[in-house]
This record gives sequence, C-alpha cells and structure tokens, in this order.
Amino acid sequence: MQLDAQQRHRVRFTLNGAPAECEVEPRTLLTDALRHGLGLTGTHVGCEHGVCGACTVAIDGVPARACLTLAVGVEGCDLRTVEGLEPEPGRLGVLQAAFRRHHALQCGFCTAGILMSLDAYLRLRPGAGRAELTEVIGGHLCRCTGYAPIVAAALEAAAILRGESTQAANQEETAHA
Amino acid sequence: MKPAPFGYLRAASLDEALEALGRHGAEARIVAGGQSLLPMLNMRLTKPAMLIDVMRIEALREPVPERGALVIPAGVRQAILLDRPGLADDLPLLAAALPWVGHVQTRARGTLCGSVAHADPSAEIPLCLVALEGEVRLRSRKRRRSVRAEDFFTGMMVTERGDDELIEAIAYPTRAAGTGYAFAEVGRRHGDFAIVACAAVVDARRMRLAVGGVADRPTARDFPLLDGSALDDALNAFAWELGAGEDLHATARYRRDLVRQLGRRVLDQARQDSLRCS
Ligand code: FES
Ligand code: FES
Repeated sequence: MQLDAQQRHRVRFTLNGAPAECEVEPRTLLTDALRHGLGLTGTHVGCEHGVCGACTVAIDGVPARACLTLAVGVEGCDLRTVEGLEPEPGRLGVLQAAFRRHHALQCGFCTAGILMSLDAYLRLRPGAGRAELTEVIGGHLCRCTGYAPIVAAALEAAAILRGESTQAANQEETAHA
Repeated sequence: MKPAPFGYLRAASLDEALEALGRHGAEARIVAGGQSLLPMLNMRLTKPAMLIDVMRIEALREPVPERGALVIPAGVRQAILLDRPGLADDLPLLAAALPWVGHVQTRARGTLCGSVAHADPSAEIPLCLVALEGEVRLRSRKRRRSVRAEDFFTGMMVTERGDDELIEAIAYPTRAAGTGYAFAEVGRRHGDFAIVACAAVVDARRMRLAVGGVADRPTARDFPLLDGSALDDALNAFAWELGAGEDLHATARYRRDLVRQLGRRVLDQARQDSLRCS
C-alpha cells in the first residue's frame, strides 16, 4: 500500500480502548497526530529526536517514543496515552496517585512520558524492583525533581499494583492529618 | 523539527519492498523500527523521497537458528531478541551488549538490522557483529550476497550496501566451545552513545578485541595470547592506530586510555570465560 507524500491519508487504530482515526501526511509524527489531529495534548513534545522521553506512549503494550513513530505506521495498533490512565473522569490512577503523594512532579513536562513508560512496563513485569525501574526511568529526562521521588513513587505504585501495599495511600493520609 | 515530505510504502512482502527499492534506489530509505532513521528525518539530515516500511513483512519477523549462527532478519526488534530464551547461552556477547543499546523505550521499537544499516561508529550491535565475525545478508531484486561484517562498515555511517539493496538479515556466529566473550562500555549515561565500547572474543589460539566509538567504524584486531606488559604494549599500539578524535564528550587521550583499560578488562574477562567453558 503506497501513500502519496503530499496527500493526507486516513489511519485507524485503537486509542485508550476505543476505535480512533485521523488524517495525516506520511511525514506526520505520532506526537503531532495525537496533539493536533486528535486534540490529546497530554503527550508532550520535548526534543523531537528520541532523547528526552516526554512523548512516550504505549504502542501494542510497550513503551515507545511517539516522536520517533510515524502516524501512518500505527495503522491497526493499540495505543495508550496518558489520557487513558484515569480510571474514571477526575480520578487518578494508582501510578498517578503515587506520583502525587511523593511529589514526583514539579512542572510536569516529563510526567506523562514517565507515567506511560512505567504503566506499560509494570503491566509486562509487575515484579520489577528498584534497579529495573530506575533503568526504565533512565529513558527520560526530568529537569525538576532529581528523580528520587519518581523512583519512590514508582516503587510504591508497583507494590500497590501487586497487592502488597494497599494501605499505603490511607496510612500516609492519616499520618499527615 | 519535522521531516521533509516523503511518500510511504507499507510493504506486505519482501518482493514488494525489493521492487520498490529497485525503482526508487537512492531516493528511498528502508524504515523498520525507525529509532535511528526518525531522528535523522526529524532533523532533516536525510530527505528521502520515499520510505519503505518493512515491519509488516511476515517473513522478516523471527530469528532463525542456523548451523553455528543465529540469523536475525530485518523485522526483529532489539527488545524481542533480548527476551529470547537461551540468548545468553547462544550469544553471550550480544546478550551482554544489548542492554546498553539505547533505552527500554527505544529497544522496544528499534531493530538490529536497522542499527547495522545506520552504522553509527559507536553502536553496540555493529560492534558485536564485527567482534564475532558475523555477516550481513543483502538482497536486491536481482541478487543476494553476503558481506563479512568487517567489510560491510566502510566509514562513518557509510556501508557496503548498494542503493537497491535491503539488509535482509544479519548472522551472528553462536558460542563456540572453549571460547570466552566479554563486553564493556563507558558513556556519559547508561543508554547514551558510547564514548568507547569494547567487545572481546578469546579462545585457545587468539584474542580478538573489537572497539567502537573511536575510529570511524567498529574496528577489530586479533592478537596472539598475550598477557602482562606484552598485552599492555599491544593494546597501546592498537589504541594509537585507531586514530581517536576529540569531541564534546571526550578528548582523544581519554579515548585512547579507555581502549587500553576497557580493552584489557574485557580481554581478561573473556579469557577467564574461555577457560570456564572449555
Ligand atoms: S520528544 Fe520524543 S523523546 Fe523527546
Ligand atoms: S517535573 Fe519538570 S521536567 Fe520533570
């Protein structure tokens, strides 16, 4: 199947569990298709050449750089973006809540990408420990936090998702009350 | 930045890809995982008229064990190979080097053949191919040929590949009895480009050291079984011959020193490894 350089072409995929489509040129990056084509601005764009990780989304269950992905290349794929993390409108997912508790974000520019990497990775390897998660976070640049709170939030979220630490959130809230 | 406009062909078969490559020649680029090509496109360092996507070609998906080698076709992603059961037994060098290739997020998409096609002088996948004396299997509409890794890389991001040729697969010789392997790398951060990367292969007759990040291509040298100051001298001579350059990340002197130090370390390790599995 051949697509003309100057024309726009329809691409269909699954986005956060629902069918989606948009019209793109062959050169359109997935970041721009999501942000401009579909209005989902949660996926951020930092460097646009694969270095910073801000644009990370999950493609067929694995974390990937949206800025290094052509929109025409995701035809038929299963995409997840940060917009898909909230369990219902206005509520935070487990990872997001852990980030909030640990102050794992300041400006938030890097956050969506890191959440998507961790979300995808923990689905594949729920047992991941500190070394592994630090390596995953190593695929991202954060200029605010110094990373330590991000690692702490990731470890806590992993434990909660494994069912080992369901109380973490409540305990912390009472401790602060 | 955004890429300049290009046409896009999602090839359904090898024949379709080769036919298009034959037609467009130097105007076309193959895209697989895109982790090397997309940065080049985004920065407009390359402006092909046509991209040929080979990731939907069924026949290029699976690694194929052959006698004495593992053949890795163009569609095999780095993360998939890294998760392959038995990789550390069959290809200990590659199993040690792959975690150093980019990050989890880029290995999930990037392919091995793509890294070989890109031919960055500091890349780990080409380095291992040269260290293990593997080969690159090229295919065009008209012919198929196999090029030794050492002959394939001809300069900084320059290779033997003709404009109408696709890297159909690369072949890594698998572990041989009585042979030891080791890999080490120094970079600014894990996942960054290597300042110097070293891969060693040692058996009862010779020691082979391949170095990336110093010369304009991954470069290997065979030594007889040396140790002590004789080995230091040989490594020092090799370090100078590689013609280290200076850039933002390291001085030429630091690079030479890394060749001596890391070189020594991997050769010693590989030798230990060879004695263990003889
Ligand atoms: S914007 Fe994609 S990695 Fe920086
Ligand atoms: S929170 Fe500001 S860059 Fe990470």
